[in-house]
Amino acid sequence: MTDTTAATRRPETLERVVIRFAGDSGDGMQLVGDRFTDVSAAFGNDLATLPNYPAEIRAPAGTIAGVSSFQVHIADFDIVTPGDVPNLLVAMNPAALKANLADLPPGASIIANTDAFETRNLEKAGYQANPLEDDTLAAYTVYPVPMTSMTVEATKGTGAKPRDAERSKNFFALGLISWMYTRPIAGIVTWIDEKYAKNAVVHDANLAALKAGYHFGETAEIFETPFEVAPAALPPGRYRNISGNVALAYGLIAAGQQSKLPILYASYPITPASDILHELSKHKNFGVRTMQAEDEIAAISVAIGGAFAGQLGVTATSGPGVDLKAEALGLAISLELPLILVDVQRGGPSTGLPTKTEQADLLLAMYGRHGEAPLPIVAAYSPSHCFDAAFEGARIALKYRTPVIVLTDGYLANGSEPWLFPDVDQLADISVPFTTELNHLNEDGSTEFWPYVRDETTLARPWAIPGTPGLMHRIGGIEKEDGTGNVNYDPANHELMVHLRAQKIAGIAADIPPVEVDDPTGDAELLVLGWGSTWGAIKAAARRVRANGRSVATANLVHLNPFPTNLGDVVGRYRKVLIPEMNLGQLSKLVRAEFLVDAKSLTKVQGLPFRAAEIEAKILEMIDG
Amino acid sequence: MAEPVALTKKDFTSDQEVRWCPGCGDYSVLTALQLMMPELGVRPENTVFVSGIGCSSRFPYYMNTYGIHSIHGRAPAFATGVAVARPDLDVWVVTGDGDGLSIGGNHLIHALRRNVNFTILLFNNQIYGLTKGQYSPTSEIGKVTKSSPFGSLDYPFNPISVAIGAEATFVARTHDLDRKHMQEVFRRAHEHKGAAFVEIYQNCNVFNDGAFDHITSKDKRADMLVNLRHGEPVRFGAEQEFGVRLNEYGEAVVVNVADVGVDALLVHDEARHDPTVAFALSRLAETPTSPTPMGVLRAVTRPTYEAEVQSQLGAAQANRGPGDLRALLESGGVWDVA
Ligand SMILES: Cc1ncc(C[n+]2csc(CCOP(=O)(O)OP(=O)(O)O)c2C)c(N)n1
Ligand code: SF4
Ligand SMILES: [Mg+2]
Repeated sequence: MTDTTAATRRPETLERVVIRFAGDSGDGMQLVGDRFTDVSAAFGNDLATLPNYPAEIRAPAGTIAGVSSFQVHIADFDIVTPGDVPNLLVAMNPAALKANLADLPPGASIIANTDAFETRNLEKAGYQANPLEDDTLAAYTVYPVPMTSMTVEATKGTGAKPRDAERSKNFFALGLISWMYTRPIAGIVTWIDEKYAKNAVVHDANLAALKAGYHFGETAEIFETPFEVAPAALPPGRYRNISGNVALAYGLIAAGQQSKLPILYASYPITPASDILHELSKHKNFGVRTMQAEDEIAAISVAIGGAFAGQLGVTATSGPGVDLKAEALGLAISLELPLILVDVQRGGPSTGLPTKTEQADLLLAMYGRHGEAPLPIVAAYSPSHCFDAAFEGARIALKYRTPVIVLTDGYLANGSEPWLFPDVDQLADISVPFTTELNHLNEDGSTEFWPYVRDETTLARPWAIPGTPGLMHRIGGIEKEDGTGNVNYDPANHELMVHLRAQKIAGIAADIPPVEVDDPTGDAELLVLGWGSTWGAIKAAARRVRANGRSVATANLVHLNPFPTNLGDVVGRYRKVLIPEMNLGQLSKLVRAEFLVDAKSLTKVQGLPFRAAEIEAKILEMIDG
Repeated sequence: MAEPVALTKKDFTSDQEVRWCPGCGDYSVLTALQLMMPELGVRPENTVFVSGIGCSSRFPYYMNTYGIHSIHGRAPAFATGVAVARPDLDVWVVTGDGDGLSIGGNHLIHALRRNVNFTILLFNNQIYGLTKGQYSPTSEIGKVTKSSPFGSLDYPFNPISVAIGAEATFVARTHDLDRKHMQEVFRRAHEHKGAAFVEIYQNCNVFNDGAFDHITSKDKRADMLVNLRHGEPVRFGAEQEFGVRLNEYGEAVVVNVADVGVDALLVHDEARHDPTVAFALSRLAETPTSPTPMGVLRAVTRPTYEAEVQSQLGAAQANRGPGDLRALLESGGVWDVA
């Protein structure tokens, strides 16, 4: 084929674009989104992604409930969110169109797989008439493309039966969008070669569909010009693309290496945390022991047992599992052993929204145990930051001999972004020594081992592991006598121990960085304070507000317990404080109670992250209000 | 280095005052074990006792070893963590009938099927001792307690049947009135590679006194305790006049040896891989009021969980080399920004 068209169609340059792939859960939209993300990352764009899929593995095909989507935001500058609204929607069927239409701003483009817009599918999606044929989509630029039939046509000769061939239509869509945004498809071809090496028919069909989609864009006259999003000017260094769950798993592995301790990771499968188990179980050569326990209680118990025996005990779960682990967490607090509990938050209560994101476990992490049972909390704010959060969690757990809760959420877990990953040589050494010596001198001159003698600065107790001669000791959940650790019910001793445990956790504040405030003009009257994954939307909102000449300050908390020592000053310095959260105001409760400031909440509990525009509007309202 | 001095009971006894009720059967188990530990050739520092919650679960405090007094029902899971992390350690689990079979039933069965290399001592007093006398999952039906003034309605578990059903590789029973028997069973359990389950009939003289008198009192033992010996016909009675044979349905039944002849008796084979006969034996007595099997019902070999975990780690390291963090971070495609 002589390619005259492409030459005449010079790409139009965009700074950024938000594309949403939407189809039935069986249509392979997550796969397409992942591939598009990978080629965009390799191309050098900055990007952020937002997968969104139903909890059911196969909700009824063709229905709204069965729609699965993947949004990717690519840009030639450093971006922080997966984009508020899509510029382009790829709708593989009527339900995908219907479910996503409300999110499209007027003027957005829609590529619709016309083959799927037939009577039955229209009915299942609740359309009386074909929206491609009436004026439902008048506000949009619609590109009708018969993807299914063209895929079937293109895959003839690959040996794929027509029904199977249809399943390659997601690759057709991928090919087409790759052309539209001038993505090189070589990386996708290599991926197909590797992924389907063992299944020639599927391999050939997917490859043929990919190429057909790409060529269709090139030759069909329906698209004016392709677009180009230039590589982003990111800080120099070596990058890779990473999702939150993988980053978290890598952070744990790094913590194992940097503490010189084997990891004992036990967990029970639960969305959206299971991928951490999947990832870690691949890396046994790092000495990582992974165990799929019989339930979440067993999982945390195994991890605590491992910690007692001298390993880095870790467990991860989501809300329902955190509920189950509460009692064992209390024990770990009482035993004063290092432990990491990762909570990949999802919508609650109860089973709630298993595949959707929420931040409503902060107070659970903070207070969800009986008795006075404080523990440190670290929250990740972006997919790649999950690495740092896991590492920091491990550092605190080991140094202070305490369970630490690391909070991430479904959006961070499954979302991905380019990551300027750390130089291994620069990672801190977080190892702590095991105690091998007797530590208490009796009046008669004899020496003993006391398991609850504390380090003067950290208040941590010694970590003496089985196998160490002479240091045999028994510890349990019953209140212990200060020092000896012997069972003790004395009122004054209990009061002392409760205070000591609280002081130990509070004292960690001296060992964490102050919260950083971003207030470029220095004259902002409003501070937007966030934690966790709202970071991106807050940052993007602040950029917009500032681009319009207004002032706003932002700050993000990584440490939620204890708070950084300067937080009181920071929130007290601003006339107004806004705290956006994907819950009904949990951090704002803590901040108000702790610092007596009139912090305002902006809440959203839809299973979806904030849009920058939602926060921007609230900021403007508060500045002007 | 000097030859290690032979250890004694003292080396395994902690300085903590024992706080069970006077006369409690737990004392005799503790003494039996403390006396026996030196004979096992183990060292206190390499030994870990893990328990749940209950009177019996106070046990670790009294052993001069490493120990965790954990939370109610979860001891097998904590002990699994210890064993997986450190296969070099000698791990014991102490639990009760409520701890191990009610709140912790799930962990018990999974530890058994995984065949974690530890010894589980289940103190069965058929009552909740620590919470002052409610019926337990092993209490006989109709038991009148504080929580069941009109008699309990719950059909009881037979712990031995549960363990066999849960794929345990070692299952045995003993009782608190026979130190020698306890020690012999504990020794066998300790030697076993894998999860060894031992049910101990233990008298709670405060809330369920005499629960096992029908079979364990000195005058009843001969006729009521069916002592199992590997490779020998199953016989009991003062004159060995009774025996056990399998009927046409495969059920274990008590017979008069004089009626059926020795050759008709079941020859005990604890190493039989199929658990059917061991299970049948476990059903011989529905409650401890009729002839009850004692000793090792089942002892078969299967790889231990932690050995398998270790071998996967070893294989991964042999195939891929020790973990290289830099290579891991760079896996899956990287690009450089100048
Ligand atoms: C989560 C929880 N629920 C309830 C209890 C109260 N509790 C303590 S021990 C026990 C029963 C113990 O019975 P068993 O295991 O038979 O031990 P025994 O005291 O008879 O040796 C109960 C219900 C507890 N400690 N923790
Ligand atoms: S209540 Fe029963 S089991 Fe508990 S210590 Fe007293 S006698 Fe022993
Ligand atoms: Mg009991």
